[in-house]
Parts: sequence; structure tokens; C-alpha cells
Amino acid sequence: MSDDIYREIILDHYRNPRNKGKIDNADVVIHDSNPLCGDQIDIYLKVVGGQIKDIKFDGKGCAISQASASMLTEMVMDKPLTKAKDISKDEVLENIGLTNLGPARIKCALLSLKVLKMGMVKYYSDKEPTTAEKMEKDSNLF
Amino acid sequence: MQLSELETNKIRNDFPILTRKINGKPFVYLDNASTTQKPSSVINKIVNYYSFYNSNIHRAVYDIAEEATNAYELTRLKISKFINASSPQEIIFTRNATEAINLVAYSWGRKNIQKGDVIILSEQEHHSNIVPWQILAKEKNAQLKYLKIGETGNLNLNELESSLDDNKNIKLISLSHMSNALGNIIPIDKIIDLAHIHSIPVLVDGAQSVPHLKTDVRTLDCDFLAFSAHKMLGPTGVGILYAKKNLLQEMDPFICGGDMIKEVHKENTFFNDLPYKFEAGTPNIADVIGFSSALDYLNEIGMDNVRNHEIELTKYALEKMSELKHIKVYGDANLQNRGGIISFNLGDIHPHDLATILNEHGIAIRSGHHCAQVLMEKLEVSATSRVSFYIYNTKEEINIFISALGEAIKLFQL
Repeated sequence: MSDDIYREIILDHYRNPRNKGKIDNADVVIHDSNPLCGDQIDIYLKVVGGQIKDIKFDGKGCAISQASASMLTEMVMDKPLTKAKDISKDEVLENIGLTNLGPARIKCALLSLKVLKMGMVKYYSDKEPTTAEKMEKDSNLF
Repeated sequence: MQLSELETNKIRNDFPILTRKINGKPFVYLDNASTTQKPSSVINKIVNYYSFYNSNIHRAVYDIAEEATNAYELTRLKISKFINASSPQEIIFTRNATEAINLVAYSWGRKNIQKGDVIILSEQEHHSNIVPWQILAKEKNAQLKYLKIGETGNLNLNELESSLDDNKNIKLISLSHMSNALGNIIPIDKIIDLAHIHSIPVLVDGAQSVPHLKTDVRTLDCDFLAFSAHKMLGPTGVGILYAKKNLLQEMDPFICGGDMIKEVHKENTFFNDLPYKFEAGTPNIADVIGFSSALDYLNEIGMDNVRNHEIELTKYALEKMSELKHIKVYGDANLQNRGGIISFNLGDIHPHDLATILNEHGIAIRSGHHCAQVLMEKLEVSATSRVSFYIYNTKEEINIFISALGEAIKLFQL
């Protein structure tokens, strides 16, 4: 099973993360951590015309959490917020190819999605409070 | 003297869980600093209580209630002997070591810590020996001072000595005798002597030390000692606070309700005698009773043999680990200054990934910050992997662990 988890692509994103860093003047900056493992993720969003014009993540943690964050940024780059806000847990797990994770490690894989959704809730909370509220309720991540 | 192979095998037969297979491999349990496994005698003692004399204690007059009360109090007596306390009245049952420290922070702290006072901790404390003091300090406008630790996790006694000389506001020193993250054993006896020159009480967090080192509270002369049953073959849900009687007498109760009272009137209450003043409500009767069998088990082996067995295993593991590439081991290299705990990192493999890989080999190790984030910051890592040993671990298990580390190195292409 370890062989299934730590495939080339996970190790590649772990060692060479995409979109890693900070965005100056980001519209949203949001942070969360996983107290179990101490994984930490910051997400920076630049939103233009309802689209994620730029996304970067910063953080430290296990290969699963960091690779997952790296792949998530690729998933949502240049996508409309309306699309990004509907990304499900399963989509993320399928995208990174880890559908068999146990309950402890699944939190590592989904931390970045949680942070992204927290970021969007934060973004919408000024502009469309009802959307923000609905997102928070629907996300099952908080 | 260390435990012979024969004795270790005999011990292993007493632990049913060690016959398990995990992912098709023999179960290798190396997370004893977190909690230890339980021998059949402890499990049976609990089953026996629930089967034959389950009843509430300290109240009813019928036979089984008396049996339960006697068994419960017998554990208290055994604990007092185990740590050489002057009297069972100095043994307070809590849920765990954490609650024992909270009890002191609440009852002793609120009475004795004032604005501007200083509480001394160290950078390698477990969160349970940081957070209660932080809250107390905020409430009282007091300060926390952290003794710095060096590269290998050693405390600088000179720093403590000069602090004690210079700062008249220091009111308490609270330190773990053995670090749960690094395994370092601090010279607690010297620290207590220094503190007492200035009449400052010392709380010893013995969660890691009492299960592994012979502990004598009268020789140490510590003022408070907190530890947990589940880290020394006993059940979960039983913590112990030892405190000197005169301190306990002056302290107000922590949790209030039934059993901790003598008389209750509409406007006031007379509290019960020690130790009952600190034990409100129905306690964890079954598990306290179960703990007595754990103490019997450890007494039978002898704490010196426990210690020597762990030194031997730690020495062996450190030697084998040092042969691996990309490994960084933390803590003191001197075996006399460390318990059977080894924290390490392997290349850029995150500890959680390593723990997942080892689990595939049937090996249970701990990964993470070990509830010691202040220490992790100091070491400039977010997490470490940790193995920790107890009486039933063997060199054969260490060989399995080492070879699994080799597999992880291959998998991560280090």
C-alpha cells in the first residue's frame, strides 16, 4: 500500500511543488493547520472578474499534504470561483490518486481543500454573505 | 542486570495484544511513550471487578461495596509505596497526568501566584505542562520563563541558578523529568535542591519518568509529582498527583461535589480530609483497581531491570540507526541521560509518511510534534518520528524496524 501512496507523482509534487510561495497584494490570505500531524497550509488568492487569476500556497508538512496542495493549485488556477467552490473531497482525492487513505491520513490530503474553501468563504463573506454562509454549510470541511 | 531473552519472552506472553498481526506482519509496538500495552493480569483485574464486586465506593455498607472500596484504596497504598510517599493521603487520583498538573495550577496556583510572579518551565515541556501555566499567568498577570535547552536538549543549570539568585519573584518550577519528545532525563534532583535553597516548590512532570525510572519522592524531595497509569501497563483514565501533605492541606479543592465533602449546608461546606478533598464524584473505580496489578507486575520485574532493559535496547537501536544514511537523531547521546525514547528524522521523508510506511510493516511508531511544539520550534523542525521502548520490546523488533527504515529510504529514493 505504501507503494500505492508514495508514487512518483506524489514524490514529484512533494519535492518540486507547483505554485509554491506568496502573492503580494493577494485578495485573500488564509491559513490552517492539522493539529494531528502539524501540517500547515497558507493559501493566497488573486481574484479578477470572478476568476482565480493566481493562486499560491505556502506550507510545510507530509508528502501527502504538500503534494495535494500543489496539485490543488493546478486544479483551480484560472478557474471561475463558481467552479472552484464546488470542488468536492472525492474530486481532490481522485485527482491526486489517493482514494484509499485511512481516516487519519485523509485529513492530510484534504487540508489544502479546506483552506481553499475557507479562503473563498472569507472572500464571499464581504461580497455575498449568503453565498459564504451556504458554502460554509455545504462544505463539510470545517 | 538486564532482562534475559528468556525473561522477555515470558513477559511477552503476558500481553495478548502482542500476538496480533498487522498487515500480515507480527505487530511491533514502539509507541510506549504514548501509552503502553496491558498485561492479562491488569485486564483480568478489571473484568473481575465488573463481574463480581462492581459497586460504588466510600458510601454503601454492604459487602461488595466494601470489597470495591478496599481494592480501590489498596491501589492508593501501593502507589504510595511505589514512589515512597510518606502516606497514601498524599496520593490523589485524577484522570491523567494532565489533570494532575491542572489541579496544581488551579488549586495551588490560584492561591499562590500573584501579579508579577514568575513560573519557570523549560523549552522541552509537553503542552500539558505549558498551557495550564499560560492560562494561570494570563489570569494573574504573572510571567512564564522558559529554561533554554542546548543542541542535545540539555538544560543549562547555571542559567537556572543565576535566575534563582537574581529573581525574587520566582514562585514555582515545573519541569518534566524525562522529555516525551527527546527522552532526555534532566538532573531533577539538583534542580530541586537549588529551588529549595530559595524555598521554591518544584512540580515534577513524571509522565515519562515514573514508568521507566525508580522514583523516590522522599529522596527527590519534590513538592508535586504528576504521572499516568496508562504509560506504565495500567488502564487509561487514571492519573496520579503526589503532593506533600502540608501543601495539599493548604490548597482549595479543584473539582467540587460529592465525596469531597464532610458537611454541606445551604451557605457553606466543610471539605473532606485528604486525599478525598480532591476527589469529587464517582471516580474511575475499575481502572484504579486494575492499576494495582500493573504496579504488582512492575514490582515483580523490578524498576532497575526495567531501566537496564531499556538502556540496552536504546543502545542497540542507536547503533543500528547510526549506520543508516540520511538519518538525524535528536537528544543526548549519553545513555545515562536518556530514557528509551529516540526521536529522529530520515532525509526529507515527513514523519507522517514514514509512520504510514512503517505501519505497512506492522510497526507502530509515533510521528508529529509530540505535544511539544515549543521544542519543535527550537529544533527547527515541524515534526519528528519517535520510537519508544518498554519491557516487552526486543532487539529482534529493532532489527525489523531498521530494515523497514531501509525500505522507506528506497521508496523515497533518498
